[in-house]
Amino acid sequence: MKFLRDTFDKAKHNFEKGGKYHKYFYVFEALDTFHFSPNTVTPAKGAQIRDAVDLKRLMMTVVIAMIPCLLFGIWNVGYQHYLALGQTASAGEIISVGLIQVLPIVIVAYAAGGLVEVVFVVIRKHPLNEGYLVTGMLIPLVMPPDIPLWQVAVASIFAVVIAKEAFGGTGMNILNVALTARAFLYFAYPLQISGEVWTFLPAGAKTVEGYSGATPLAVASQASTDGVSVVQAFSSFGQGWADNIYSFSNMFFGFMPGCIGETSTLMCLIGAFILIITGVGSWKIILSVFAGAYGMGAFLNLIAVNEFMAMPAQYHLVIGGLAFGAVFMATDPVTAAQTEAGKWVYGLLIGVLTVLIRVFNPAYPEGIMLAILLMNVFAPLIDYFVVSANKKRRLQRAAV
Amino acid sequence: MGKFIRLKKGFDINLAGKAAPTISNTEQPETFAIKPTDFQGIYMPKLMVKEGDSVKAGSPLFHDKKHENVLFTSPVSGEVVQIKRGEKRKLLEVVVLADKSIDYVQFDKYSVSDLTHLSREKALQQMLSSGVWVNLIQRPFGIVADPNEKPKSIFISAFDSSPLAPDYGFIFKGQEQFFQAGVDVLKKFTSGAVHVNVHSEREISSVFSQVKGVELNKFSGPHPSGCVGVQIHHLDPINKGDVVWTINPYGVIQIGKLFLNGVYDASKIITVAGSEVKNPQYYKTYSGASVKKYLTGNLKQDHIRVVSGNVLTGTSIGKEGYLGFYDHQVSVIPEGDYYEFLGWIKPTASKLSFQRAFGLLSFLTPKKEFVLDSNNRGEPRAFVQTGVFEQVTPMDILPTYLLKSIIAEDYDEMEALGIYEVIEEDLALCEFVDVSKHNVQSILREGIDLMLNS
Repeated sequence: MKFLRDTFDKAKHNFEKGGKYHKYFYVFEALDTFHFSPNTVTPAKGAQIRDAVDLKRLMMTVVIAMIPCLLFGIWNVGYQHYLALGQTASAGEIISVGLIQVLPIVIVAYAAGGLVEVVFVVIRKHPLNEGYLVTGMLIPLVMPPDIPLWQVAVASIFAVVIAKEAFGGTGMNILNVALTARAFLYFAYPLQISGEVWTFLPAGAKTVEGYSGATPLAVASQASTDGVSVVQAFSSFGQGWADNIYSFSNMFFGFMPGCIGETSTLMCLIGAFILIITGVGSWKIILSVFAGAYGMGAFLNLIAVNEFMAMPAQYHLVIGGLAFGAVFMATDPVTAAQTEAGKWVYGLLIGVLTVLIRVFNPAYPEGIMLAILLMNVFAPLIDYFVVSANKKRRLQRAAV
Repeated sequence: MGKFIRLKKGFDINLAGKAAPTISNTEQPETFAIKPTDFQGIYMPKLMVKEGDSVKAGSPLFHDKKHENVLFTSPVSGEVVQIKRGEKRKLLEVVVLADKSIDYVQFDKYSVSDLTHLSREKALQQMLSSGVWVNLIQRPFGIVADPNEKPKSIFISAFDSSPLAPDYGFIFKGQEQFFQAGVDVLKKFTSGAVHVNVHSEREISSVFSQVKGVELNKFSGPHPSGCVGVQIHHLDPINKGDVVWTINPYGVIQIGKLFLNGVYDASKIITVAGSEVKNPQYYKTYSGASVKKYLTGNLKQDHIRVVSGNVLTGTSIGKEGYLGFYDHQVSVIPEGDYYEFLGWIKPTASKLSFQRAFGLLSFLTPKKEFVLDSNNRGEPRAFVQTGVFEQVTPMDILPTYLLKSIIAEDYDEMEALGIYEVIEEDLALCEFVDVSKHNVQSILREGIDLMLNS
């Protein structure tokens, strides 16, 4: 390691003030600090020791929590592919199809967004934001498996520039960066990200007889139009080529078409477990999103006038991207409510809104994305009320 | 009478190198120094001595231009050997070379019964001119108390919950009568109560348990339960316009000695502790002692940081520095100016973390004593994480919002968010746990200075 350290030390003066590559100082710094934690010490006055945690480690913890979703996603992409073709395949074949589809998306997302980060580091002269470690992984996980790569690149670039760097970087942004990428694609290129795009099928592929690529949300919506019970529609879906594909347990485990990383509620819960154990994600937000969705679902059951409203509330928790959104998107500390009381309100409203959008807005079958983005915008307002209450308590104390 | 307050939030930092309860018989240091920078709210110290002057214990060395009657006096008798100045001739240290035996300025002596009849004015005069006055700290803002103020109450934290802190029962042993006398004098300055706060799970020294005429409150919970600002918040919070005073038991005892013995007695027992000290133990010395003698031959290695005070709020003074006025401990930790390959992600059980992010394993060994160095453990970033400051701040205060209002220089917000209630030590743990490595305490002091000068 000494050789590497020496190389950095030798190169350093070129990047410091007056050096040849001074412009790229923060790029150099980022490279250096990803290899070696820096030798800076605490100031002479104040806390002489510091907690071992830093932002890089914090962000990597989130990435690690996403790995179960990624691995399952890779497998599921291949699995759904062969299921739709009606072919049996070995685990190796399934995984290789998954890898071929998923890895390029991950690489493109990291590369495109990362490049923008570096450009901004040079132009704006600020340190590289570690936040992109997480964003670069989140974006692929909320993409359909056959999304064109150029769209991934465009969406990543758009999200980093508009949702993050325009506000000053990680810590300053208002909207969740990865969701902005998803929303951008949704409105800019709706063809590739809605409808029956959730299973990877090469052009001209011949699907199995009776095949339909409809997601549970689309099935539920359709059932409602047709006036059949949603649960019944779920159980009859896939008959002949994928029996019970939309049974509750199957959807919980995630063996269904959908975004790469979000189909498995179980994997999301494993991620949630990691985030909560490590204290990196707010359990209050995760729990309250689920509670809000379940509560709203149960309430709609009571006043149901159509079949979607009558769908048992627990189904809301396993279909679509609710679990993934609750665990990985809603908990983004920068865009979520920042006060502890505010986190409850924020999470609950995300859950409630998700179900409302799902059930009442047929144009946007998946509600979690828009619900979180909307609540990102309202989070400062929630915090405002919590902070005002804190101030008021202080003032009232004075009056007594 | 007193209250019992259970605090849950906070964090005890368990460091290696705790002091053994023995007092070393090392001989006294040659030099002692008083540092104007130890005192908050003192902007223009005016020197009253020059190099070569001889002084007695209790002779004035300098005063504040704003309050000319607040005198800062010499802890020992001897000769002023150095007046150290920094940039723009800022006064940094007044160094006194101590006599072998100490010669005291004589002040008025009182018997215990006389003290009850002593008038506030007379007491004030003697406290100001002897130098014991500056033990009194005024809240809001943690500045040296203004003699013209009438505080609504006075608070004494009778335990120190910070890392490697001295045991107050040990260092104030046998000072019962002086502590009582000090309390009796202090009661003349407030119409409210004098609060003495102890920790419910520690042994309570008779110095504090037997004192009369005070509210004896019990606290439980981890650091910062011993920070007097936290205690005030729960006992009698500071609102806009309120003034309260705080004082360390050492100051109370010093006041007691001033009136009972008629001298400014700056002797104190300190600890020299920390992982890099061979024999961490206690020493009997005087305020402002040079720490050199206590470290020579007593260090495990040379690449160290010597801190006057505790590792959360202290000041790095170097191996030949002087003990801070308000400090009772010297902490010696390894200097952390090294690179670490993949240090940002490598799992570690030897570095302490309040958090449990990937690879931070210290939470598995809550009883372990840690050797922590002065490495910054990462780079400064914008505020990202939320909710962690609140977990180490046992007060109804939102530290992140307060800090942001200070950075934005928004006076109304600072006031509304509670800047009157906190000083550096109360939020020191926030600085420790901060993933974005803000210098929380210096930001807070900037905010306080803004408020003071507005």
